[in-house]
Amino acid sequence: MTIFRHELRRGRAAFLIWTASIAGLLVLCVCLYPEMKSEMGAVGDMFASMGSFTAAFGMDRLNMGTLTGFYAVECGNILGLGGAFFAALTGVSALAKEERDRTAEFLLTHPVSRTRVAAEKLAAALVQITAMDLVILALSALAMGLIGEDIPWREVLLLHGAYYLLQLELVCVCFGLSAFLVRGGAGTGMGLAAMLYFLNLAANMSERAKFLKYLTPFAYCEGADVAAGGRLDAGLVMLGMLAACAGAAAAFIRYHTKDIH
Amino acid sequence: MDAICTEGLTKRYGRARGIEGVSLAVARGDVFGFIGPNGAGKSTTIRALLGLVRPSAGRGLIFGLDIGKDRERILARVGYLPAEAAFWPGMRVREVLRLSADLRRRRCGKAAEALCERLRLDPSRRVEELSFGDRKKAAIVCAMQHEPELLILDEPTGGLDPLMQREFFAILRERNQAGATVFLSSHILSEVQHNCSRAAIIREGRIIASGSVKELSRTGAKRVSVRGAMDCGALSGVRDLHTSPGSMDFLYGGSMKSLLRAAAAGDIRDITITEPDLEEVFLHYYGEGGGGA
Repeated sequence: MTIFRHELRRGRAAFLIWTASIAGLLVLCVCLYPEMKSEMGAVGDMFASMGSFTAAFGMDRLNMGTLTGFYAVECGNILGLGGAFFAALTGVSALAKEERDRTAEFLLTHPVSRTRVAAEKLAAALVQITAMDLVILALSALAMGLIGEDIPWREVLLLHGAYYLLQLELVCVCFGLSAFLVRGGAGTGMGLAAMLYFLNLAANMSERAKFLKYLTPFAYCEGADVAAGGRLDAGLVMLGMLAACAGAAAAFIRYHTKDIH
Repeated sequence: MDAICTEGLTKRYGRARGIEGVSLAVARGDVFGFIGPNGAGKSTTIRALLGLVRPSAGRGLIFGLDIGKDRERILARVGYLPAEAAFWPGMRVREVLRLSADLRRRRCGKAAEALCERLRLDPSRRVEELSFGDRKKAAIVCAMQHEPELLILDEPTGGLDPLMQREFFAILRERNQAGATVFLSSHILSEVQHNCSRAAIIREGRIIASGSVKELSRTGAKRVSVRGAMDCGALSGVRDLHTSPGSMDFLYGGSMKSLLRAAAAGDIRDITITEPDLEEVFLHYYGEGGGGA
């Protein structure tokens, strides 16, 4: 548990900043909803008539005039992208950062197995993601209550659940990458998260790019599908969780035999 | 059973040089010097011993335990001082020391305090504020606070001022007298000569000589200083020749008879013939272009 505690302490500042930023933006958006709703007639038409841009964000299938529709789009952009960045950063820096800063030498010349080091680091990353999502969900629900709206619990929980799964997938995949990198890798992690996000936008925009759905976890977080269908695409989620397991397994296997310089 | 024993330990890094066929035997209770210029493979050997890198060939045992399979059991009995210690910024020295102790599941508060006091290290300071020397001191305390049976020290005195170096070696001697084995890697020969009983010399990844420090210093070569002049041209085995008006100075590894004959033929007022120190031997016999022991 020593490394686990140490990791949480090291990651505290980043955790607080990301959680506060994402929760703050989300709460701000929810507070803007009443105003949006009153002007929705005109704005809704505008949002619905921007062609492929509308499709990219799923606004052709969602009614921006309802809290569910509004939240699904806003949530997708703020929690989706913000959470993905934080998850990717946390995962990718877990092992690689120690090597860049040469602190890996300190850790690994103590009588602790590498499997244990990796396991405690992964556990710390997962705990941070979970805590972040719980805080964000609580604050967001609180904000919806404060603006006097009925909270669409089912949709909200499904959306947040989907983004939680996306973050789990990214943490694990980036953790796997982390074991192969030697120099920090923050750029790699952020780049991967951004790329997956844009893959999903592309998949939404064009029929020919539909297959990209299978490559990006943002596909099973699609606000329009989740809010309209009332459930997650089990196949895509399974695919994502398989990728997560593969990432984590690759990390353990690689780290076990990696040369530390 | 030896404290450290390696047979043909090899580590290759693609094109870059690692180590090749390193065989070492360090007996328990020894203070063993590991000498070589920078980049010769000292740190790579140590990294292989500690399980940080996997050897490409050969094997190594520490206290009879395999360096590949019994890593944790070995590390529990070893204290390691890296050449350049790195810690997590934002931590205080005290927190680093406690983290190290926690990772070993030990309580070392008293020992850490005593070491900090002797090395004049303030444990309440933040690690990013420490000078290179103070970071070294923190690393020394990390390596020693759990009183390990084997100390592996990589360039231990870099950054320490002469007074601190003396204190450090005093602590090392105490630990050695209490039974600890010391493996000291250094490119500073006088350090090895003064503190170690046995040593190995590594160059370009290979061990080129090993034995007692006395033995290694004895290459048969002598340092010859002459006041006056003599003709060295006909002598074979002259190295490191310095001449100035009225005196000459050189390392001599040839026949004593020829030297004396040449001296007798010259115009000499004084001559001293002494054992060279390890530093000279290293530079001229093991160093660049040297011919080996």
